[in-house]
Amino acid sequence: MNDIWAALGAAFSMIIGLDSDLAEIVGLSMQVSLMAVGIATLIGLPTGAALALYRFKGRKPLIIVVNALMGLPPVVVGLLVYLMLSRSGPFGVFGLLFTPSAMIIAQVILVTPIVAALSRQLIENMWEEYEEQLMSLGVTKHGAALTLLWDGRFSLLTTVLAGFGRASAEVGAVMIVGGNIDHVTRVMTTSIALEVSKGDLPLALGLGIILVALSITVNGAAYIIRDVARQRQGA
Amino acid sequence: MNNMASILPLTLKDVSFQVTDKRLIKDINITLEANKSTIILGPNGAGKSLFLRLCHGLLQPTEGKVQWNTTNDHDPKFFQSMVFQRPVMLRRSAGANIEYALKLHDIPKEQREPIARDALKRMGLGRFYGHPARVLSFGEQQRLAIARAWALNPQVLFLDEPSASLDPAATHSIESAIEAIRDSGTKIIMTTHDLGQAKRLADEVLFLHRGRLLEYAPAKEFFDHPKNDLAQAFLKGELLWWKKKELSPGHMGST
Repeated sequence: MNDIWAALGAAFSMIIGLDSDLAEIVGLSMQVSLMAVGIATLIGLPTGAALALYRFKGRKPLIIVVNALMGLPPVVVGLLVYLMLSRSGPFGVFGLLFTPSAMIIAQVILVTPIVAALSRQLIENMWEEYEEQLMSLGVTKHGAALTLLWDGRFSLLTTVLAGFGRASAEVGAVMIVGGNIDHVTRVMTTSIALEVSKGDLPLALGLGIILVALSITVNGAAYIIRDVARQRQGA
Repeated sequence: MNNMASILPLTLKDVSFQVTDKRLIKDINITLEANKSTIILGPNGAGKSLFLRLCHGLLQPTEGKVQWNTTNDHDPKFFQSMVFQRPVMLRRSAGANIEYALKLHDIPKEQREPIARDALKRMGLGRFYGHPARVLSFGEQQRLAIARAWALNPQVLFLDEPSASLDPAATHSIESAIEAIRDSGTKIIMTTHDLGQAKRLADEVLFLHRGRLLEYAPAKEFFDHPKNDLAQAFLKGELLWWKKKELSPGHMGST
C-alpha cells in the first residue's frame, strides 16, 4: 500500500514539475492520436454518410463488415501494418516502420471503422426524419449527404470522440509498429507498459493519471459543446 | 417561377401503387387544372397521403403514369413544393431553413435573405429570422414550413393535413396563408380531415376510399349532393365500415 502512495506522490511531483521526458511523451501521444483521428474522420464521416444514404448492391454486407471492424484487435492491426511497412513488405521502401507515421497509419486503421459505423447509424436516423422534406425540395443524394453531415455535426462529434478514445488508449498497435523507441516513438501507453515491467511505478502512474485526465477533459469539452448546441439549435 | 410556362394540368393515367401484394392506390384517372383548389377527402387509410406523394413525385406509381405539362428543359419538381403533416426543420435558424430551400432552387445568394425575410413576415414570423427553427413551437414550425414552401413561389403547392394537430387560432392563420398563396396564382392540392376546412378552401373535391377515386366534383356540388353513397355517409359523419355492413341485406342488427 505504501508503494502506491509513494508512487502517487512521485507521479504528482513529476506532473507539477513538468518533467521534460513526461512532456515529450505526452506531446507525441497527442500528436499521433489527434492526427490519426483527424484522418480517420476525413475518411470515416463521408463513408458513413454514403453507407447511410446510397443504396447499392452489397450495402448490407459492407455495413456488417464495417461494424465488425470496430472491434479489430489492435495487436492484429499492428502486425498487419508491420508486415506492410517492414523492409521486405510492399511499402518497405518508404522506411516508415518505427516512426510516428507508422503509428498514425495503424491508428487510422483502428479508428476509421468506428467513425464510419457510428456516423452511418446516426446519419441514417436523421435521414429517416429528413428524407421526404429534402426530396421534396429537390436535393440530390450528394447534397443530402453534405446537409446531414453539417446538420448532425454536434452529434457526430461523439463518434469522433469514440475514435479518439480508442486511439489514445490502445497500446498493441503502436507498440508493434512504433517499437517504443525513447525520444522517437515512445507514447503514453507504450511507456506505461514498459515502466511497469521495469518497476518504475511513479512514471507509469503519472502517465496513467495524465491519460485519464486528458480523456476526461476532451470528453467534458465535447459534452459542453453538444449541450450548448442542443440549447441553441434544438439539435 | 410562376411566370414560366405552366406545368399544369397534371394528368394521372391508370395510376396504381402497390406495396408487396397490397394495392393501396387503384386505377386512378384524373386531370387537375390550374387555378382551382383541390381538396382530397376520405377516411383514414383511403390513400390520401399516398395520392399526394405520387403526384409530387416522392413515390413512383407501380402502374400508370403521372404527367405534368412540361417539355424536357424544365424539370417539374422545381415548380412544386409540399408541406407535410409534421414540419421537418433543419438544425439551423428559421431564416437559414428557407434560404437552404432557395439555394436548392438555384436562387442567387444575394436574393435569398430578402426573400426569406419577406416569407417569414408574411407568416407572422418576422422576428424569428435568426431563431433556431427546432426550438419554435409546433404551430410556429408549421407556419415556417408554409413560409418555406411559399418562398419558393411554386406553381403547385401540396399540403398533407397541414393543420391536423393545431388549435383553432393556428389553423386559422394557416388557412389564411393558403388562401393568400392560392390568390397569388398557385394551385393548391391538399388533404384534410376537417370538413369545415374543406368547405372553406375547396373549389373541387376528390373523394377517395380504400385507394379508389369514388367521386370528383366541384365543391358545392359535392357538399350539397354527393353522388356516391360512401361519400354521402362520410359527409354525414358515419363510420364507413358500418355503413358497408348496413348496405348488404341480411346483416341488420336484431334490435
